This record gives sequence, structure tokens and C-alpha cells, in this order.
Amino acid sequence: MPKEDVPDSRGYFGVYGGSFVAETLVSALEDLKNEYQRARADKQFMAEFHHELKHYVGRPSPVFHAQRWSARLGGAQIYLKREDLNHTGAHKINSAMGQALLARRMGKKKVIAETGAGQHGVATATVAARFGMECVIYMGADDIARQSPNVFRMKLLGATVKAVTSGSRTLKDALNEAMRDWVTNVNSTFYILGTAAGPHPYPMLVRDFQAVIGEECLWQMPELAGRQPDAVIACVGGGSNAIGIFHPYLAHPSVRLIGVEAGGKGLGTGQHAAPLASGASAGVLHGFRSYLMQNADGQVIETHSVSAGLDYPGVGPEHAWLKDSRRAEYVAINDDEALQAFHDLCRFEGIIPALESSHALAQAAKMAPQMDKDAILLVNLSGRGDKDINTVAQLAGITLS
Amino acid sequence: MSRIQQTFSRLKAQQRVALIPYVTAGDPDPQLTVPIMHALVSAGADVIELGVPFSDPMADGPAIQRASERALLHGVNLKLVLALVAEFRTINTTTPVVLMGYLNPVAHMGYQVFAEQAKNAGVDGVLLVDNPPEEHIAKVFKPYGLDSIFLVSPTTTEARMQLIASQASGFIYYVSLKGVTGSSSLNLDEVEQRIPLIRAASKDLPVGVGFGIRDAQTASAIGKFADAVVIGSRIVEEIERSSREAVLDNVQSWVAEVRKALDAQI
Repeated sequence: MPKEDVPDSRGYFGVYGGSFVAETLVSALEDLKNEYQRARADKQFMAEFHHELKHYVGRPSPVFHAQRWSARLGGAQIYLKREDLNHTGAHKINSAMGQALLARRMGKKKVIAETGAGQHGVATATVAARFGMECVIYMGADDIARQSPNVFRMKLLGATVKAVTSGSRTLKDALNEAMRDWVTNVNSTFYILGTAAGPHPYPMLVRDFQAVIGEECLWQMPELAGRQPDAVIACVGGGSNAIGIFHPYLAHPSVRLIGVEAGGKGLGTGQHAAPLASGASAGVLHGFRSYLMQNADGQVIETHSVSAGLDYPGVGPEHAWLKDSRRAEYVAINDDEALQAFHDLCRFEGIIPALESSHALAQAAKMAPQMDKDAILLVNLSGRGDKDINTVAQLAGITLS
Repeated sequence: MSRIQQTFSRLKAQQRVALIPYVTAGDPDPQLTVPIMHALVSAGADVIELGVPFSDPMADGPAIQRASERALLHGVNLKLVLALVAEFRTINTTTPVVLMGYLNPVAHMGYQVFAEQAKNAGVDGVLLVDNPPEEHIAKVFKPYGLDSIFLVSPTTTEARMQLIASQASGFIYYVSLKGVTGSSSLNLDEVEQRIPLIRAASKDLPVGVGFGIRDAQTASAIGKFADAVVIGSRIVEEIERSSREAVLDNVQSWVAEVRKALDAQI
């Protein structure tokens, strides 16, 4: 895992991050931080993590040169990091596995998680089944409606899925409810957080577990393309897949890092989930300080995205820090642009991408034609799109039975 | 001496336990908040905890979540909450008011701006659930005479207790259970053992106990060893289930009953 300068001992990435939680959770987070530090230094723990990644998750995930799509776009060569080929179909399993191993190490018998699109819920239910733990997943009632295949997958894996009907009934409310469960059952329960956000140490440990994505790219790109890419592109909701592929590239200053947020119906409409690209101000939600979509009163506002996994008003603190330091750039892709990229990848490469990942693909499609044919874009294809076929069909006016 | 200190020393001299009811500002609507506050005082409240509604009340159970949502539907914001306190102060200048809520609306207004306006409105103390002592906001509030109320929980370590005590003023709020507001399980023995330790660490700041107190009997049992009893969700439920016409009477008579039980043990 990469050696990092951030966060500091209190979990700060510059002025972002920290730990803003009710007193009852403070000692649990302290225990987690200490145990994680020990685990990270424990060769046996890390060996087991990598063993599970190799033999259970199926890593390393390949990098694929999307030649037909690149030719069609007529510019830069697009390479895809195939996180969609992981067990359970997305990058979420990397961190869920790491956290489940930590939970077991800490003697916790029950794990809980929040989920938006359901990918993190499925990953958590999967590792819970793998290690024989009780599992409860909190999911917004609206997300349950739009991601029904993943709800059934979680149930098949033995998890209890609890519908969250408070607030906007999406990811942020699922996170609130998971936190409430944790505060109530703090001694027996491990909270497997789905993204590189939340109170310290979560943004750090999720990043570290996800950094395997970028670490593999560091040796795969020279092998396949002869060199590192000119830019790495990844979608950003909370930002775990993006930080996972970005972080190992921080040491390569010539590689541009581009995070793609959900532009929803367009930044101008206010109906989006792009706190970084829209220039939102900083705020505190879910235990950390970062850029946050909020109104003039400091109330968190409802977000919109065609993809449930990006439908989140905040963003991981390390991304806020990378934006301010200008090491990474953040842009937004609208629903319709993401859908176009979704269809293009299906038709030109035979890959059905997740709607979340389609935002990163759409950004590559925007950039590639402006670039030379020997330029290289590396896109993190963070998940597969089987879960999204109902949404895509509905948008096309087709009813699947 | 702050209004909160005055209140606790008066009660100590009378050997009485402070009763601290919580209501969410703007619930069921902003017009009723000040009348409800006066009704609480008539029923025997010594300090009022006034909730500042927030879109994401992570530490609250369903009752206060719903109260928050009702208030937000009426467009209640921090500015209006301060205006309501100022309105309350035109009649009542003695009962301390503590604002309880989450960090973001206060941070968004700006700590200094908030502190100044809160002071001018007649606020006495501030409890921000998700604001840990590590952030040292208490020192911003102190010059304005605002007490910083902190939560201590069953999981708070000894060392951390010292850190909290070094910043806390007014009183310390002991969260009597692991969970969100309004939960039902409460361990009386644990509370009894813990309170002397908190008093010792905090140089005898009064200790209030809350989260999970739902009836006069429990309040009375807690009152045997705590300096104050905080009741929130149960009162918020009373507001929720009352008609607009009956809400003042219902809240007043429920709180008066608790007051009676607390005073009966002197």
C-alpha cells in the first residue's frame, strides 16, 4: 500500500476530513483506528487480504484497450481498468473484503453497511456470507425501487435489507440510519463503510484498501501500452473507486487525474450531485468536513443523478483536498451524456458498464477526439451495468417483465 | 455567573433536581414554539433545550427526526430559531435556553456570527451533537458568555472525560444509553456509578442525564443521583399526537407530572 502523508493523526486532509460524530462513537472509531494501524503493519493480515483479493475477488483485474471505441472517437487511445470483472461486479468488494477481515480481527459478529446503487450492499453481504457474519444493509426506499435486482442478491446472500424512509430516501439517509444502528450496537457491530468518506479513519482505510486498483495499473499500463497514461479518469460519488486509482498515481505528477461527478440534469438546473464541479461550499455531514451541497441555511439539499451510486451530496475529504491543491481536476457529466457512453460501450466493445462508471467513460469520450492518436486515457470501469438495465430500459420507454 | 449557573445553584440550595425538556424549534409550526416554551416553564421546566432542525439528524431517533422534518417544511432555519428565542426573552428573562443541534447550520452561519447573534437573542448554552472537543469551538463561544454543553457517553474514556471537562461549562449532558434519542433501554445502575466520576472530573459541574427517559417514574429514579433530567423524544411525541388546540395543555400537563414526581422525592 502507498505511503501517504495525509491524513494527519486526526484524520485531516488539509482542512477536510476530521471526525465529527456523537460522543458514543468516538471510542469505537479510536479502536478501529488503532486496530487498523496494527493490521496494516501485520504481514500476516496483509498477506491474507491479498490472498482473498487474488483467489476470491479475482484480482488482478485486467486492463483492456478499447480499440474499436477509441478508433470511432478518432483520438486518444482509451484503456479500461476492468473493476467490473471483480467478484460481485464492482470495485466495492476490495474495501468490503479489507473491512470484513478487520471486523473478524476485532471479534465482531455483525456487520452493517449503507448502500446506494446496491453494489456496496452486495459486496458487504458477500463478505459477510464468506466469513459467517450477520449482515444488515440500510438502503433508501427510493433506491430499493430502482435497484431491485441488487436487493434480491443481498437477500440471497443472507443479508437483511432495511428500507430507509426518512429524508430523501436515498444514499445519504441510508448512511444516517446505518450510523444510528452503529451508535446503538457499537460493541458488537462493525460498520463497513462503502466509500472513502465518513469520520476518520474511514476515508484513509477505504482508500488504502481500494488503492490496489491504481497499484495494479502502475505495472499493467507499461506492460500493455508501453507507458503510464496521460490521464486517469474515474467517476466520483463519495469517491472510493476514484481515490483507489488516483492515489498510487499521486507520485506521478505528469499523469492528470480527472474525477467525474454526476451532472444530473445539468449543473445549471441545480439537479445534480456534483459538489466539487459546481463549486459548492464546505460543510460537515456524516462525520467529516468536505465540499457539500447545501442551501443558504446549511441544510443538506437533495441531489439528482440517473445513477444511484453517485447520488450523494458530499464527497470524500481527500478529493476536496486534491481539488484545492489542483492535483486532480473535477468535472461533471450529465445523465444523458452518461447514457450515451453506456450505450456506446455496449455496442462497440461488448461491455455493459455501470451507469456510475459511464460518467467516467463519457468524460473520456469528450476528451479523446481532442487528443492525438498516441495519447492514452485510462478509465476506471468501476462496475458492470447489469444492475442498471431496468433503469436504462425505463428511460427508453421499454418495460422489462 | 451565567443564567445556567444561577439556575443550578438555586436548585442546589433548594435540593431540587433540574428538569430540562427538549422541543424542536418550529415543531409543529413556528407560531407555536414560543407558547410551548412558556408552557414548559409553567409546568416546571428549569432549563429549555431548543432543537435546531437539521436535514440529517444522525444522532436522533424517529420522533425527533420527524419533528425536524416538520420544522424544515415550515422553512425553519437557525436565524428564525434565534428570533424565536428573542421573542421568548421578551417575557421570560430567567429560564436558560440551550440550543441543541448539529454542527453544519452553525458552521455555515459562521461561529463568530452565530455566537454574537445567539448572545443577543438571549441564548445561554449550545450543544452541538457532532462537534467533538478536539475542534475547540467552545473557546469561540466563551467570550460571548455562551456555555458549551458536551455529551459524555457510557463509552467515554477517562482521558477523554478530562478533555471534555476542560471545555465544558454550564452542565454536562450524560447520554444514558448507547443509541439515538428516544430509545427505550436505560441502565440505571450504570448511570448511578458513572455520575460521581463525571462530577469529579469536571470540578463539580452539574450533570444532566438524558436519552431514553420516557416517564415520570424513570425521571424520578434518575433524579436521585443526577443534577438534571433531560426529556426530549417523549415530549416531542406528545406534540406530534396533539391537535393544534390541545398541544399546549397536553405538553404542560405531561411535563407537570414529571415535575411532581421529581419534587416528591425531596
